[in-house]
Amino acid sequence: MDLATFLVQCLNSIQYGLLLFLLASGLTLIFGIMGVINLAHGSFYMIGAYMAFALSPYLGQHFITMLLVGVLITVVLGYALEWAFFSFLYERDHLQQVLMTYGLILVFEGLRAILVGNDVHGVEKPAWLAGSFPLMGMMQYPWYNVFAALACLVVALLMYYTVNRTRLGMMIRAGASNRDMVRGLGINIKRLYRIVFAVGVALAALAGMIAAPMSSVYPNMGSSVLIICFVVVVIGGIGSITGALIASLLVGFVDTFGKVFFQELSGMSIYLLMAVILVWRPEGLLGKRS
Amino acid sequence: MINPLPHTNQAYAEAPAVTSQSRPIRANSVWVGVVLPLACAVLLAAAQPFWSAYLSDLVVKIMILSIFALSLHILVGGAGLVSLGHAAYFGLGAYAAVKAAGPDGSNFLVMLGAAVGASGLYALVVGALSLRTKGVYFIMVTLAFAQLAFFVVHDVGYFGGSDGIYLMQRPAIGALDMENSSTQYFVVLAALVLVYAFIAMLRHSRFGHALSGIRVNEQRMRAAGFSTYGYKLAGFVIAGALAGLAGFLLAARDAVVNPELLAWHHSGEVLLMLILGGVGSLRGAVLGTITFVLLKELLSTHALMGNAADHWQLTLGIAIIVLVALLPKGLVGINDKWQKKAVAQTDKAQAATNQGANHE
Repeated sequence: MDLATFLVQCLNSIQYGLLLFLLASGLTLIFGIMGVINLAHGSFYMIGAYMAFALSPYLGQHFITMLLVGVLITVVLGYALEWAFFSFLYERDHLQQVLMTYGLILVFEGLRAILVGNDVHGVEKPAWLAGSFPLMGMMQYPWYNVFAALACLVVALLMYYTVNRTRLGMMIRAGASNRDMVRGLGINIKRLYRIVFAVGVALAALAGMIAAPMSSVYPNMGSSVLIICFVVVVIGGIGSITGALIASLLVGFVDTFGKVFFQELSGMSIYLLMAVILVWRPEGLLGKRS
Repeated sequence: MINPLPHTNQAYAEAPAVTSQSRPIRANSVWVGVVLPLACAVLLAAAQPFWSAYLSDLVVKIMILSIFALSLHILVGGAGLVSLGHAAYFGLGAYAAVKAAGPDGSNFLVMLGAAVGASGLYALVVGALSLRTKGVYFIMVTLAFAQLAFFVVHDVGYFGGSDGIYLMQRPAIGALDMENSSTQYFVVLAALVLVYAFIAMLRHSRFGHALSGIRVNEQRMRAAGFSTYGYKLAGFVIAGALAGLAGFLLAARDAVVNPELLAWHHSGEVLLMLILGGVGSLRGAVLGTITFVLLKELLSTHALMGNAADHWQLTLGIAIIVLVALLPKGLVGINDKWQKKAVAQTDKAQAATNQGANHE
């Protein structure tokens, strides 16, 4: 492998890793902090991608506006879903949550089939991001991928800052380690959860919207990404945003380079990584030892 | 002011309630645990000549999936270990059976042995490594190892890729030939009865009690001197081997295997069947399987649902959500709910008479 190819693969790994982080950080909030095993998280990614497909004829050239509109819509959706549905799941055990959110996946998939059908769609990149730039003389790297990586990085830094440096983040982290204590301190944990859930949903949808122009928009795209998300969250250590970031990049690199080096068995590379890490550290990279 | 009498009265009022709650369940246990399943088995055997080909095929499928769900029940209901990779053992069993079959004349016992052996062996390796983790981590590690198996089967040419492999001839031994559909039916039924009885006996053995002890409080079991890791590993291997048996039966029914058998959706589905039925009991596993398969079948049948059958995913999803919302303890919980209501009513009556007595 020459240096240019290596460099391109590194960029791809980072870009994929950061996209995974957007998804995984949403899942970390919902699964790691609120304690709900949400199998429908992948569906929010799918909803985001289909939303990009639906909005791009109108707002395709104002890509940033489109992302903001999409985030706004999904925040409302997340807030409503939490109120109508997930707020009843906290007291149920994990098995019930698995079953219920699986039912929810089926509902989302069914609605998708009715609303947009089962075809595979492509989403066009906005004109101002459509080109590519030369890398090491002979390789071309698309600008859109750089934009995707940067957008994910900005959100990642915002997330990191919010969770680790603000009062809201402090409450969220406290809620992660001891829910009753936070309630005892007089914080409206119901509303806190509702906001956190809405943000988690919006992050997944944002990842879907950003990914849409790079990969096609297709049915079942949610369920394939869901498992990778859980892999990231578990490798990083449940409830740790920093752990999720490290794990996302790790999975991004292993998956991308796995495809380069072992074409035949590349599908299993990240699961091998997960198995090795969990056998070595059963609580994940940055998880708390019980 | 402080009158001790109401307290004693209350204790009296509670005492019969406790016995009235435990008595019907104990009286039920022989009936529900032995007689009812046996009656169902006899009924299934007697009904065989009357099934249409379609129904017979559906019943065979349900029975095979019931064995699969029962094998997972050893882990989830028995030891409290939630595995999200159980389809791997099912699928590996099916693949091992097909691989062990000769091109002409497949020996029943060789295929069965290969299926159970391969699944048991993989379960031994996976169990030994994954049982070091707990809770959600355990769910994910079992999933990871299942995905490993899935991608090996999917990507390595030896296993036929995403198309899978065909079984040239269904397994047979002596006069017992699974090419014959009624033989197939009775072999699967016999397997279901044996597995059900085996797991029921396992539950009542020292081993089964140790597993439930681990489910309730592993720390205490360890303090009591049990090597909990060994018990869990043994449970894991038995569950894997029985899933392999179910896989063998499916391969014999379909005469074809494909990687979908090992996919995580399939692991998820069997877990759903278990939860839907209610995790506490063996009949819950079977009930859940029947309900899930029939729901899926009914909702996707055009004759019954009309155009809505095209959207069976949506209706199945709604049905699942409604079922879980109404029945937090699964289908077997209906019985408990009903009993609790009856007990509460007798309690109320008892309390009323006690209070009446108190006033006098």
